[in-house]
Amino acid sequence: MIELRVNGTAKKFDGDADMPLLWFLRDVLELTGTKFGCGLGLCGACTVHVNGAAVRSCQTTMKAAAGKSVTTIEGLAHNSVQAAWEHGNVPQCGYCQSGQIMQAVALLKEKPKPTDSDIDEIMQGNICRCGTYQRIRAAIKTAAGVKA
Amino acid sequence: MNRVEVVVSRRGFLGIFSAGAFVLATDLKADATTWQPNVYLGMEPSGVVTIVAHRSEMGTGIKTALPMVAADELDVDFKNVRVEQAIGDAKYGSQDTDGSNSIRSFYEPLRIAGATARLMLERAAAAKWGVPAAECKGRNEQVTHAPSGRKIAYRELVTLAASQAVPKKEELTYKAPSEYRYIGKAQPIVDLGDICNGKAIFGIDAKMPGMVYASIERSPVMGGKIASVDDAEARKVKGVSQTVTIDALKPPYGFQALGGVAVIADNTWSAMQGRKKLKVDWDLGANAGFDSGAFKKTLQDSARQPGKVARNVGDVDAEFAKGGTIHEVEYYVPMLAHAPMEPPSAVAEFKDGKVIAWTSTQNPQAVQATVAAAVGIKPADVTCHVTLLGGGFGRKSKPDYVAEAAMLSKKVGKPVKVVWSREDDIHFDYFHSVAAMYMKASTDAKGRPTAWLQRSAFPPIEMMFDPTAKLGGMEMAMGWNDLPYDLPNHRAENGPATAPVRIGWMRSVANIFHAFGVQSFTDELAAAANRDRVEYLLEMLGSQRVIDLTDGRGGATASGIDQRYPLDVGRLRRVVELAAEKSEWAKKKSGAGHGFGIAVHRSFLSYIAAVVEVEVDSKGKVKIPRVDFAVDAGMVVHPERVTAQFEGAAVFGTSLAMMGEITLGDGRVQQGNFNNYPVARMPEAPLMTHVHIVPSNAAPAGVGEPGVPVIAPAICNAIFAATGKRVRDLPIRKQTLV
Repeated sequence: MIELRVNGTAKKFDGDADMPLLWFLRDVLELTGTKFGCGLGLCGACTVHVNGAAVRSCQTTMKAAAGKSVTTIEGLAHNSVQAAWEHGNVPQCGYCQSGQIMQAVALLKEKPKPTDSDIDEIMQGNICRCGTYQRIRAAIKTAAGVKA
Repeated sequence: MNRVEVVVSRRGFLGIFSAGAFVLATDLKADATTWQPNVYLGMEPSGVVTIVAHRSEMGTGIKTALPMVAADELDVDFKNVRVEQAIGDAKYGSQDTDGSNSIRSFYEPLRIAGATARLMLERAAAAKWGVPAAECKGRNEQVTHAPSGRKIAYRELVTLAASQAVPKKEELTYKAPSEYRYIGKAQPIVDLGDICNGKAIFGIDAKMPGMVYASIERSPVMGGKIASVDDAEARKVKGVSQTVTIDALKPPYGFQALGGVAVIADNTWSAMQGRKKLKVDWDLGANAGFDSGAFKKTLQDSARQPGKVARNVGDVDAEFAKGGTIHEVEYYVPMLAHAPMEPPSAVAEFKDGKVIAWTSTQNPQAVQATVAAAVGIKPADVTCHVTLLGGGFGRKSKPDYVAEAAMLSKKVGKPVKVVWSREDDIHFDYFHSVAAMYMKASTDAKGRPTAWLQRSAFPPIEMMFDPTAKLGGMEMAMGWNDLPYDLPNHRAENGPATAPVRIGWMRSVANIFHAFGVQSFTDELAAAANRDRVEYLLEMLGSQRVIDLTDGRGGATASGIDQRYPLDVGRLRRVVELAAEKSEWAKKKSGAGHGFGIAVHRSFLSYIAAVVEVEVDSKGKVKIPRVDFAVDAGMVVHPERVTAQFEGAAVFGTSLAMMGEITLGDGRVQQGNFNNYPVARMPEAPLMTHVHIVPSNAAPAGVGEPGVPVIAPAICNAIFAATGKRVRDLPIRKQTLV
């Protein structure tokens, strides 16, 4: 039996310990804000926080998540990043944006005043096929209170 | 006639929907208090206005923009508007959300919906007060009787308005553009909050009670059939309940399910794990030898030969025979995959001879037809609910994945959710067609063409519906027979081609390769003449005039031309001039690894120019600091979302120019995920795209696609300006730039 906390609530899982956290969140807990995009950790759509750090939930097994505290987009207290996303009308289709927001929140925790190259470095793992990158960059700067 | 259509209200499920839960609207109760003067619009006595979004939302903002048109004409506060996504139903007109067509085709119907409701409210007030209706005017959610100064809120008139006759179109009046409160102004998309909170529901998120999950193993080669299946190990995987075989499809492929072996499980992961344990022996068939490298040569040979004439002006052969300076160049654009971030996904239930499906589709009416044919029922017995789409780009107008879910549900006896892996998405796409082009021109002393010949060859989309088709159909009017240049001798041709893959339309379709050929070749001729590119481009376009493509010299037929949209060269000139002005072209100097390129192209009836700035470092790495778009799309409903579409088009165009390529060997697609089919990431995308929209009262044209075609040629023209290296084969990453 695997025990973990998801968005502050204790959860148990007795299925395949190799199942990625992504599918536990989506299919078992029905927290569908975390998205499937590639299954190989290449696109960032499945980004969640495990013990506060951004990880790809498609590459994190249930075994590895055991005993940890997981935060998904649903568990994020509405914050300055989401507010900046809304202010800047960032999303187009919106599919990748949960992962982008989770990654951006982690970025700002590590680097509260990020430079363009900080943003490139941390956000390059998150693909947006609609091409909202320049608005993502601008929203991160808005949230950080740094000049565009 | 006082007949008023009473609608089925979906308020119940919408309320829950916005709270984040997902409940199926299979058992709706008719709500007699909702007045619906038009299929697109309803009003409740509370004053809440329901506007139907019948087109699919894949990121363009159409689910917000079309309701804005109706809300504006009715003149209600958008805060009181509830947007409701329609199921597939012919009563709405076409729901095929492609061709950059939603505003173009439905601006007028939504405006009529708003004006109809407003006139009925005005008449209701007039009846209540016993005054002439012409003296009553509806604005800002109330009707005012000017002579007496009396006012009454719309919501107090709902019941009375419902008893009014629905007016004819000729009786309607419309607001003056100066009175618009939403059209032409910014409005956050209706799903913005839900998207940023992770509550938005996409096809992959849809659920039905008791559903099971399927992952499907399909033939690695198009046309392959199952020889034998051993599913013993697959069925041992925890969570797997059974496997189901779907028969292989037969040509014409259309939107049919591909066929294969489905593993059914109680979650997605188990289904995928079970699938890995399947042992399927394939009879790969005739296409197992297909190789895209060899096919490139076949295509190039086809493009070098005289093909079917698509447009012929003057006599290019006679002009070439005179000698002079001759330029001959070939271009190549590989096959591409759509790769929307949400892979194809659907959940469907077959029950009692009917199907209910929830899916991310660009075309719910095609879902009805395709699913009906797949399971042997009538299209009217297929209910297709449309979720948000996690990207579409043309892929999700082909509902093969919904047919799979319905066929599996019929066999399993439960609702089935089908989720494609990324590898499924890339291996089994309806690819954007590969194209070879051959261009030839003779030029005079000033470098101006005296004759221009353009030939292309590509497997046409029509193959999907007629396996014998080898020549371009609709593709010909996408930047080929509609060349807007002022040339004394011009011929456009198209050579035959066919390939054993599924081909489909992808964001801007054949304009991608045609604009690449034409705008690259133009730049090459300008370079040969050592001319300023903007000046040369304007000279090629020639004087302000309307080109008649129905002049009998090839090109469009009169029935294929919408008279509201003449090919106006003046508008092309203006976007070239605007892009040059805004990018400060005249002040820019290219060279030493830093360059500027321009391209212009008309597609989906919009006139687009782009100036792209590139930096090429000593290792040949390309960066794009800036793009300037000039956009004349006629009248624009939602300029902020139009701007977003062009920002996105710059990135989509960058992906296909820099890195996109699908290849096949032994009949198998050789890419499968974002490692070997890369798309632009943040550092590779243009750093800043500026979008300059030409103010216009002309009929609204397309915006979703037309930003894409100019990007690849503008990047390559900029690379040439920066380095002297001409890229004629895409993608750029396969070329040596330094």
